[in-house]
Amino acid sequence: MSERIDPLIPMVGVVTDIRVDTPDVKTFRVEAPEGGKVFEHIPGQCAMLSVPGVGEGMFSITSSPTQKNYMEFSIKKCGCVTSWLHSMEVGQMITIRGPYGNGFPVDTDFKGKDMVFIAGGIGLAPLHSVINYARDKRDQYGTIDVVYGSRSMDDLVDFPEIQNVWCKEEGMNVHLTIDREQEGWDGHVGFVPNYVKELGFDASKTFIICGPPIMIKFTLAGLTEMGIAKNQVYTTMELKMKCGIGKCGRCNIGDKYVCKDGPVFRCDQIDEMTNEY
Amino acid sequence: MLKVSVDKINDLFRAIAATQKLYLPVDTNAGAQYREWSEGVTMSQALNTNRSAKDFFFPQTENLAEFKMEGKKIEVKPQVNEYEDYVVFGVRACDAASFAILDRVFLSEPVDTFYAHRREHGTIITLACNRPAETCFCTTFGVDPAVPGGDVSAWQKGEELYLEAQTEKGEKLLQAVAGALSQAESEDIEPVKAAIRVMMEKLPLAKLSLKGIEDQKMLDLFYSDKWNALSESCLGCGTCTFVCPTCQCYDVRDFDTGNGIQRFRCWDSCMYSDFTKMAHGNIRNSQMERFRQRFMHKLVYFPENNEGIYSCVGCGRCLAKCPIHMNIVKVIKTMGGTENE
Ligand code: SF4
Ligand code: SF4
Ligand code: FES
Repeated sequence: MSERIDPLIPMVGVVTDIRVDTPDVKTFRVEAPEGGKVFEHIPGQCAMLSVPGVGEGMFSITSSPTQKNYMEFSIKKCGCVTSWLHSMEVGQMITIRGPYGNGFPVDTDFKGKDMVFIAGGIGLAPLHSVINYARDKRDQYGTIDVVYGSRSMDDLVDFPEIQNVWCKEEGMNVHLTIDREQEGWDGHVGFVPNYVKELGFDASKTFIICGPPIMIKFTLAGLTEMGIAKNQVYTTMELKMKCGIGKCGRCNIGDKYVCKDGPVFRCDQIDEMTNEY
Repeated sequence: MLKVSVDKINDLFRAIAATQKLYLPVDTNAGAQYREWSEGVTMSQALNTNRSAKDFFFPQTENLAEFKMEGKKIEVKPQVNEYEDYVVFGVRACDAASFAILDRVFLSEPVDTFYAHRREHGTIITLACNRPAETCFCTTFGVDPAVPGGDVSAWQKGEELYLEAQTEKGEKLLQAVAGALSQAESEDIEPVKAAIRVMMEKLPLAKLSLKGIEDQKMLDLFYSDKWNALSESCLGCGTCTFVCPTCQCYDVRDFDTGNGIQRFRCWDSCMYSDFTKMAHGNIRNSQMERFRQRFMHKLVYFPENNEGIYSCVGCGRCLAKCPIHMNIVKVIKTMGGTENE
């Protein structure tokens, strides 16, 4: 009998590094037991991680595919699986399967475009991959703007990398904001949607938004006010998932399956979907 | 065309069961259910089984993998099943049509190998419906109960059972049990087919058509205020999804055996409140939204992605089994389905 390995059967990965980003976000580096990446991916794709006995969960792959040796996942502690992941130590094995989803159109629609990434809180995680991908292939893309906000300074994910690498990179502008005044912070204060309007962007740019639904909603409204067409705006969706391959029915909204047709959608496509997100 | 006389049908069953497992509908305390045939087991005369035939390919629960955990190490042991050939006798046209719908889900890339193996190893003998019920409306979905599909189709005419192979697999099976069968003429069953078609036309739901739904836009149907009244009494019990031959949503869960972790999958239902519940919220908080999802999926979303094929075969199980007498026919009629003239 032909031996086929079922897509629901995971592989094993080893956590080789754990970075504490914020009080509730950690970034986990995952490698195959024999070293190297467990599989290849494109920016914006996800992987199903699990701790057997606790459950599986879908997480966006935070590292860029240009990172040759490992994958990284920035994960916020908010339920059973994530709490367990947060309690892990280096050397712990987890199971992993994927990659899942469409990812960002880095080789088509994004090519040669000026891009504005707008993120709130842990929403930076899915964008992190595509931002670093574009940085590593600098000649293929136009300018990069990042507008990133969080509740407080301590809640900004990847702050050291943003400060030491992104802020210093040519052709890249980083605009940080926090919700309320805080000692030691001399940057912008205010919510992301308002900050985007204050900054004002050329309507020809491509916008990629990721964050809490309410932030996405207000940012999108702001962009529309600024005269930006919805087909230039991309976002990602987060739904409960079980299979990741369009079969278990869990992530079905309208005629789309977020696990395979998403998680990246253009905002004009979202208008044609049922409003269950 | 081959035949066997009904009082010798056990010879046929015996011949099949000599080389592989044979399942057929049997009367039990819980109604007609598929059971393995052995000497002395008699076939149920019920029109259809309580639960659908999807169980053969997509069982209610099945193991996927086992994990051995030791310190920080994890070892993955994929579930290895010994798949044996088997035959299912007496599947009705509606259930046979449901397999093509399940195939579109499970056999599309990436293939669900558990389903694929079970599908490959099973040979389906269908049985034309001599006495369709008032809850039947398979013809609405293009199913012809006079030519019931499967690998082998069977028709009962008086005291004789006629069999005809529809696929290579069916051909092989009939050859293997040729000793229990005798030659017959295809024309012999034409009157049976004609009689079934006449009966179908007289059924109360015979004229049900989805034309009026097809003509509407997905979002208009979704936002219709009719869903409130339709779903008002729905208990969210999930019965309609479990008995449905085309419902295929599943959950993946882990279970501590004391000796490792067993990962299994089991049927799930979009009618349940925790189906889409996440740590930080639920996209379908009300039963109306969940009810709407089930029927929108069958009547609008699935056809949208599958060349217009509906995810319902008109088997009528949800009509017979729903505790509040809600069902897909009421939904179709309320949402604009028409009675064809
Ligand atoms: S929706 Fe009802 S009638 Fe249609 S296939 Fe499912 S159980 Fe049968
Ligand atoms: S429609 Fe009927 S069978 Fe289905 S969940 Fe509601 S009450 Fe249960
Ligand atoms: S997660 Fe199973 S269908 Fe998308």
